[in-house]
Amino acid sequence: MAKPKDVLLDPIFNRNPIGLQILGICSALAVTSKMSTVVAMCLAVIFVITGSNVAVSLIRRQIPANIRIIVEITIIATLVIIVDQFLQAFAFSISKQLSIFVGLIITNCIVLGRAEAFAMKNPPGLSFLDGIGNGLGYSLVLLLVGFCRELFGSGKLLGYTILPTTNEGGWYLPNGLMLLPPSAFFIIGLLIWALRTWKTDQIEEEN
Amino acid sequence: MEHYLDILIRSIFIENMALAFFLGMCTFLAVSKKVDTAIGLGVAVIVVQTITVPANNLIYRYFLKEGGLSWLGLGDVDLTFIGLICYIGVIAAMVQILEMVLDRYVPALYTALGIFLPLITVNCAILGGSLFMVERDYNFPESIVFGFGTGLGWALALTALAGIREKMKYADVPPGLRGLGLTFMIVGLMAMAFMAFSGIQL
Repeated sequence: MAKPKDVLLDPIFNRNPIGLQILGICSALAVTSKMSTVVAMCLAVIFVITGSNVAVSLIRRQIPANIRIIVEITIIATLVIIVDQFLQAFAFSISKQLSIFVGLIITNCIVLGRAEAFAMKNPPGLSFLDGIGNGLGYSLVLLLVGFCRELFGSGKLLGYTILPTTNEGGWYLPNGLMLLPPSAFFIIGLLIWALRTWKTDQIEEEN
Repeated sequence: MEHYLDILIRSIFIENMALAFFLGMCTFLAVSKKVDTAIGLGVAVIVVQTITVPANNLIYRYFLKEGGLSWLGLGDVDLTFIGLICYIGVIAAMVQILEMVLDRYVPALYTALGIFLPLITVNCAILGGSLFMVERDYNFPESIVFGFGTGLGWALALTALAGIREKMKYADVPPGLRGLGLTFMIVGLMAMAFMAFSGIQL
């Protein structure tokens, strides 16, 4: 039986869902050009992944094995609809910016992957911690990418000016590439490189 | 006619699902090691996307949209909030049906696609296509063109990436960058190349 502390902390560096398991990249990258959308997205994902892990874990003995994927997807979709409605009601401008990417949390492989790989085999308490841990691991990567993109792309963080840009009479010449989609790939590539230089056991074998 | 051509070109090149919106990334990165498998998955995605986007379009138009149920005499019912569950349900069902039809009538194609079909249910490019269709309020013929275009664009990007990765085995890559890290870099460069299309208007 895994220790609760390991279950919570392992996914953040040692088994980061994005860095090592190539999960959940789909819906994530397009929202990282600004910190405010990143924060909203991270909270949404942490909520959905924790909720689905607990729900699946509670009924894991009742789910028939051959229709488990459909049951899991339905639980996840329900949670995502709650998040979507909540954002539309209380944070409409953020909901507009995230556009379809809130809905895409349903097909975020981390959520389904954790429900399938962890929650189906473990009690609710541990599944809860696993959900939070994986949500945090995912958020960490997203926040780092969002931080780099907003700071170097528009000289701001969360909308506040940090580096005054030349357009507004300051000294910083913003790097336009950072606001465009490809930059997210480079930043994640570099993050993975850094992570694997630190944790050398994650290096892939040459094939 | 020009309008449809515009949607087609736009969905294949300018707003490429994989390279401009990052959709279907998990499968995109995982199944791009060999060109053969990439083409197989690409074809499967094109087929599923061309069927599910129009199917979801009909469901959205005649069941979920505000006033969509007026043919039943329920003019003021707005069911858009359960959209997500419906679309993912349609996609899962379509993939299942397609699997059975192919198994029965085109066994050769079924064995070729075999393992990829179930994977498609959780491919965000498919759900993303349906959600974009709803957000942009395409009509039925437009949704067919859009579905086909997005599928083709995704398949094109996947095959191109697989082609590049096959050549990468001759390169001497720093240890920490091997595999996933370098693939991200390659995809970034491809995305920049695809941005060159962005000025095109028909």
